[in-house]
Amino acid sequence: MTDKMSIIAFSGTEDKLMAAAIIASGAVANDLEVQIFVTFWGLTRTIKNDKTPPDLSFDGQKMKDKVFALMKQKKVPNWITMLKNAKEVGNIKVYGCAMFADLLEMKKEDLDPIVDDIIGVNEFVSLSKDSMTFFI
Amino acid sequence: MEEKIKPTKIIDARGSFCPGPLMELIKAYKSAKLNDIISVYSTDSGTKRDASAWIKKSNNELIGVFEHEGYYEIVMKKTKG
Repeated sequence: MTDKMSIIAFSGTEDKLMAAAIIASGAVANDLEVQIFVTFWGLTRTIKNDKTPPDLSFDGQKMKDKVFALMKQKKVPNWITMLKNAKEVGNIKVYGCAMFADLLEMKKEDLDPIVDDIIGVNEFVSLSKDSMTFFI
Repeated sequence: MEEKIKPTKIIDARGSFCPGPLMELIKAYKSAKLNDIISVYSTDSGTKRDASAWIKKSNNELIGVFEHEGYYEIVMKKTKG
């Protein structure tokens, strides 16, 4: 039985990143090791001091104002806080995609400390062997 | 809950959303000692099932789920180190 979960966080919208953080939380609750590969728009949401406001994916656009207002009112933590909490419970590693980081000329120190390292696709795929894998 | 069961630790996760209360419970479980009783207060309905399932699956004892006004309480005993 697989005891690892791999998540490729490609999208940079808050809803999809929250989904990734929630699934990762469920995984560590079940003693799975988790590795998250943040790439493309997911990676852009880990850039330190980036003040771009969070957005929702296409399906959520019509409800955007309502959803963000409710989340604020109900004090729902953002995806990075959620992931930090899950990291305290189990083994979660967050890897930035080397290719996209290079393109944006970003180094590890330019990213939120939630990112443990920057690695290439080859290493991530090799770490993902025998794991259940999600692309979000 | 019944008065004779005294929790070693109470986690008040009311107002916190899935998976917050479960994550709080697991954190408390990890720092607890064997036979400690941990109680979680939650207003999130998903947690009732999720936390109960986690307690059973991790081979700990689910003492019970108690309904209170506006929230419920899940009580477990740490029976596995």
